[in-house]
Amino acid sequence: MQTIFSIAVDALAYGMVLFVISIGLSVTLGLMRVVNLAHGAFAMIGGYIASYAARDLGLGYGAAVLIAVFGTIVIAIPIERLLYRRIYGQPELTQVLMTIGITFCIIGIANYVFGPTLKTIPLPPSLEGSADLGFRSIAVHRIFAIVCGLAVAGALWFAIEKTAFGVKLRAAVDNAAMAAALGVRTEVVYAVSFAVAVGLAAFGGVVGAELLPVEPYYALRYMVTFLVVVSVGGAGSIPGALAACLLLGGIDTTGRYLMPEFGEFFFYLAVIAIVCVFPRGLAGRMK
Amino acid sequence: MATMNEAATALAAGRRGLGRDLAGLAVILVLAAIGYLLFPNNLALLTRITAIALLVLSLDLVTGYCGVATLGHAALFGSGAYAAGIAAVHFGITDPLLMVAAGILGGALAGLACGIVILRAHGLPQLVLSIALIHLFHEFANKASSWTGGSDGLAGIAPDPLIGLFAFDLWGRTAYVFGVVLLAIVFVLLRLVVRSPFGMLCRGIKEDPIRIRAMGASPTIALLKMYVISGAVAGAGGALNAVSTQVVALDSLSFTLSAESLVMLVLGGTGSLFGALTGTIVFMFFEDLVSAANPFHWLTMVGALLIAVVLFTPKGLYGTVAAILARRRGAGR
Amino acid sequence: MSAIFEVRNLKRSFGGLAVTNDVSLSMAPGDRVALIGPNGAGKTTFVNLVTGNLKPDAGEVRIGGETVTNVDAIGRVRRGLVRSFQVTRLFQDMTPAEHVALAILQRDGRAGRLFGNFLAMSGVMAEVGSLLGKLGLRDLAHRPVREIAYGQQRLLEIAVALALKPRVLLLDEPAAGVPQSDTGRIEQALADLPDDLAVLMIEHDMDLVFRFAKRVIVLAAGTVIFDGSPADATKDPRVREAYLGSYADAGSAA
Repeated sequence: MQTIFSIAVDALAYGMVLFVISIGLSVTLGLMRVVNLAHGAFAMIGGYIASYAARDLGLGYGAAVLIAVFGTIVIAIPIERLLYRRIYGQPELTQVLMTIGITFCIIGIANYVFGPTLKTIPLPPSLEGSADLGFRSIAVHRIFAIVCGLAVAGALWFAIEKTAFGVKLRAAVDNAAMAAALGVRTEVVYAVSFAVAVGLAAFGGVVGAELLPVEPYYALRYMVTFLVVVSVGGAGSIPGALAACLLLGGIDTTGRYLMPEFGEFFFYLAVIAIVCVFPRGLAGRMK
Repeated sequence: MATMNEAATALAAGRRGLGRDLAGLAVILVLAAIGYLLFPNNLALLTRITAIALLVLSLDLVTGYCGVATLGHAALFGSGAYAAGIAAVHFGITDPLLMVAAGILGGALAGLACGIVILRAHGLPQLVLSIALIHLFHEFANKASSWTGGSDGLAGIAPDPLIGLFAFDLWGRTAYVFGVVLLAIVFVLLRLVVRSPFGMLCRGIKEDPIRIRAMGASPTIALLKMYVISGAVAGAGGALNAVSTQVVALDSLSFTLSAESLVMLVLGGTGSLFGALTGTIVFMFFEDLVSAANPFHWLTMVGALLIAVVLFTPKGLYGTVAAILARRRGAGR
Repeated sequence: MSAIFEVRNLKRSFGGLAVTNDVSLSMAPGDRVALIGPNGAGKTTFVNLVTGNLKPDAGEVRIGGETVTNVDAIGRVRRGLVRSFQVTRLFQDMTPAEHVALAILQRDGRAGRLFGNFLAMSGVMAEVGSLLGKLGLRDLAHRPVREIAYGQQRLLEIAVALALKPRVLLLDEPAAGVPQSDTGRIEQALADLPDDLAVLMIEHDMDLVFRFAKRVIVLAAGTVIFDGSPADATKDPRVREAYLGSYADAGSAA
């Protein structure tokens, strides 16, 4: 019973972190049709910046999160301008090569600047320790991660369904040419979405640092995890991504608890099984 | 009259293809000889280049000729390497030719397995499957350490002398000659395959699988067949690596090797066997130079190289040069 | 004469809307049939059902007396039901000779061969030459398809279909997108199709239909409303109402 409860809480927290990081990838894939293998690298940059701000500069956790999100966006903007712009509408192989090139570069630079060791982001006292629920105690940080995930999901839902920008975004996802003909400035929509996607990745990277530790090979280690969320959840679908994240979070956490030796093996096996069963994603299956 | 015309054209086409096969073969052998003379103390690197060239040729078969984007192709190479290594260490099959045969078999089986999985999906899901597969293979080899040696690698491979005459010496001369001969044979066979009816069928599938279905051919079966062939080629490369280095390291089944082989292919130019060879040679020498000078920056350099190829020579080195030459020839006519 | 191609009571609905509703037809070798109907009549769905790209809810498709309802699209091609595409689907980097040779080798079960350069297979090349010659494409035999004109690509589409030696040929708007000046060559190619071949043509161009077909089947709202000679079709009140309404004036004026 205790184990099941621990697994459930960890799986939920892990799934929510995955969601925060991958939802941006999902939106940009749906919108710009770019297979962005470098998305995890932006989450990693966020983690590094937050670690630097909190540990080396001694700033508070909240400030570190903010600096990480905006710092990552500032780093990403020239990359988008100079490199991503060139691969919109290109064949998939070209996009894969470009974004994997970007990933390798970021890994190499991170390795050079920060060294190969794990970087921690010190938590504020309010997020340390555990909350007592009477029959069981949970690490406060896990609750924080779950709340962040729910908040991001809610905010995105509101932004996409209820705001003027959301209308434009959905129109551009549906049919970019038509949206442009109707006067939507698609390049602005693209730029804003890309920035939000990168910002969310960085946010997820910081909040999830306890679960997905920040180190140079982060971007490669979790690449398939983020991609499978999007390919199973369906590009641009918030409920799909949420479902996929919870499913993957559950599988990965259960595997690590019950079979720590073979956890990764069964995780990849599950990924293959899921993609084979839903080659068009969860949403595609429902249609 | 008309039939004679067709026959003449056909004969000319056949001869042109054969001429290019022989030219390619000659280029490989001449380059191999130059390499031997220039770097007599670095034959290990040259042998590794021939092994990796087999991997990149194999990748070209599925990516360049069939249009399947995969980031998990090292699974076939590593399976061949482990098949050869396990045959030698656990079953006492230490004849180098039999080890290569084991590698070809192991690679072909891995190709069949990977093909069945990867060909189930298209686009992004296909890519995800390929990445998950290489991680799965890697984890499996890591955990099955009683067979594979796990993260320490599979050591203790001691191949017999080649055809009972040429022992694998410390300088790696035998291994190098063995590798070059293997590469030359595979290259010529593949030249024949890509020009065969089957090769044409695969080019058709790459362009329009629906059209191929309307001709009554099954794209999935053809692609699966190509995956098995590709696995055999990659497996031969893996086995060569096992024979020449006498160990099989876990990183022969890594994502990094998969991605690097794709970089080499694109650097040289997809859809051409010459491109695959060019890319491998250039990349491997570049790697040797950079990682000797500063191993810390290796990944950054590969990344930058990849971005540069995408931006400036999307057809790859060989493809770009070939296109320029073709234009010259066209203008000269 | 016994039927080479039969469709019996074929039905298919999409979400309650019967797009193909109880369609039956039968063709003998040598038949020249045109399937016409206004937009939305269900022609595309019918083609997909017949070729095996879509599963019917009910009904039967038979080729040469054999029921193929549960055979997939590839299996139906191998049994002699070959189609052409409304928008040409050709391999842009390959030559007409390669297209036709590939089709011939596939027909003979040799397309999976790993060795042998088919440009050097004289038997195959002789057949390629005669087929391309019949359609006036011999001069273009070794040029990549992307360099040849669209009208010639349409002819190549027919050549590829013929190379498969079909028993039933389904031509999906064979003249679509071809400039007026080139339609003559396509009509000539259609007139020269083998005598024993059963041809079902889906076409919008009424002039072409009336010149080519000995028999017209009119589809409207998913059902066959007419099956008979072209001359009778123009007089049939249901056809005039459903389809030729807009053409009736033009027809009487001419």
